Amino acid sequence: MSVGNLYNYFSSKDILAKEIIKYTSEVLGKEIRIVNLMDISTKEKIKKIVELYFRMAKERPEMIEYFLRVYLSNREVFNDGCEGMICVNEFITEIMIFFDDGVASGDLRNQDFFSAFGLFMGYLGGMVFLKGEDVLPHDIEFYVEDISRNIYNALKA
Amino acid sequence: MSKPKLLWLQSISCNGNTHSFFNHPKLFSILSHFELLYHPLLDTDHTLEDVIFENLDCDILILEGSFKEQNMVKLGVELSTVIEKYAQKAKHIITAGTCATFGGVFKQSDPENITGFAFDIEEKTKRYELYNAKLISLPGCPIHPKWLSFVLLMLAKERRIVLDEMHRPQELYGITVHTGCTRNEYFEWKVDTKGWGLKEGCLFYENGCQAPYTRGSCNKILWNDISSKTIAGTPCLGCTEPNFPKRDLFSTKTNMGIPTTMPLGIPRRAYLTATGIAKSFKIKRFEERVIKYES
Repeated sequence: MSVGNLYNYFSSKDILAKEIIKYTSEVLGKEIRIVNLMDISTKEKIKKIVELYFRMAKERPEMIEYFLRVYLSNREVFNDGCEGMICVNEFITEIMIFFDDGVASGDLRNQDFFSAFGLFMGYLGGMVFLKGEDVLPHDIEFYVEDISRNIYNALKA
Repeated sequence: MSKPKLLWLQSISCNGNTHSFFNHPKLFSILSHFELLYHPLLDTDHTLEDVIFENLDCDILILEGSFKEQNMVKLGVELSTVIEKYAQKAKHIITAGTCATFGGVFKQSDPENITGFAFDIEEKTKRYELYNAKLISLPGCPIHPKWLSFVLLMLAKERRIVLDEMHRPQELYGITVHTGCTRNEYFEWKVDTKGWGLKEGCLFYENGCQAPYTRGSCNKILWNDISSKTIAGTPCLGCTEPNFPKRDLFSTKTNMGIPTTMPLGIPRRAYLTATGIAKSFKIKRFEERVIKYES
């Protein structure tokens, strides 16, 4: 497919940029929703989410890279029609449900959403960024166990 | 045509529903449709002694106050036996207020033994089986005077009152207190108030307002024909609900910022999706005062 052919489907680069982030959010949201519906402990859910995030970073690096390097770094592109959390709503909703269930079950400490969200997703994003920079000495899946435990220890009640 | 005979009995009560009803602007016009046998605070033809020791005819029995099977004695007689006597005779039984309906505030002092007349919070008591065919529940702390007048006048005119599963009139309790609240725009765009009594902002997200999951018509049938708690700028306390009273009424219980109780019938995922989108926008009008006074 030629580059120009893209404009038959997306009338501008901005619209294409938004659709990509929406698609990424939908894919991640659906994966986390499956975890949320599992009858397992919060600790196990954290590990599942870390696993799926790193797996996606490995198998479909363009999605996570896009989120980190384009969406978060070029917010001005997303100011019109993609304000706030609109384009990542599916993903954010499932993360909120994960936290809500975790606190309700007594596993997680009740705190401000963004304090917990930043710790969880910032940590994962940071690791994927390091992977993208090719500075990790091990395959990213090597870190799943430790990172899951660290996140749980930081957020637990 | 004779008027329906109305009997008002109190058990464990603060008189709140009585006093609320006394605020009805057409109180005596409404009462004129009935033959009032007895009311504890009004001058009536019969005394409490008559009610307890005689066997009066009674068409409509209004119960106010929480119910206690034993050790609630008036003039040497267990009040529960007096209530049962007239409950059997009455064509309609109205439980006026949350105490009479579900147990309410007074249940807190003796949760094992104090209940509503036909419900113990949400559980049906043994009296429910006996009297459900004539039961009308009017929860509220207190009830709005016009909720009671609506029911009484419907009964006086022999009109059918459509009830829900807890015998509440759907006309009054089929909606939530949220319906008609003047702050609904702020709720929709997830803008909380910056202080009680202000005209601006919603009270649900931080200030404990229970209106979105409390059944009642406080914002449709206004109090004193003027206002309501939420319009005035204080949170709805959920006083019509079976689990009233709760604790920590003036702050919204949240798990990491997510309300633990969703608006009535709204799935959590749907709520979070909708509010997440709404919160993403900054609406200038909702950040400004409604009235901009000259300084």
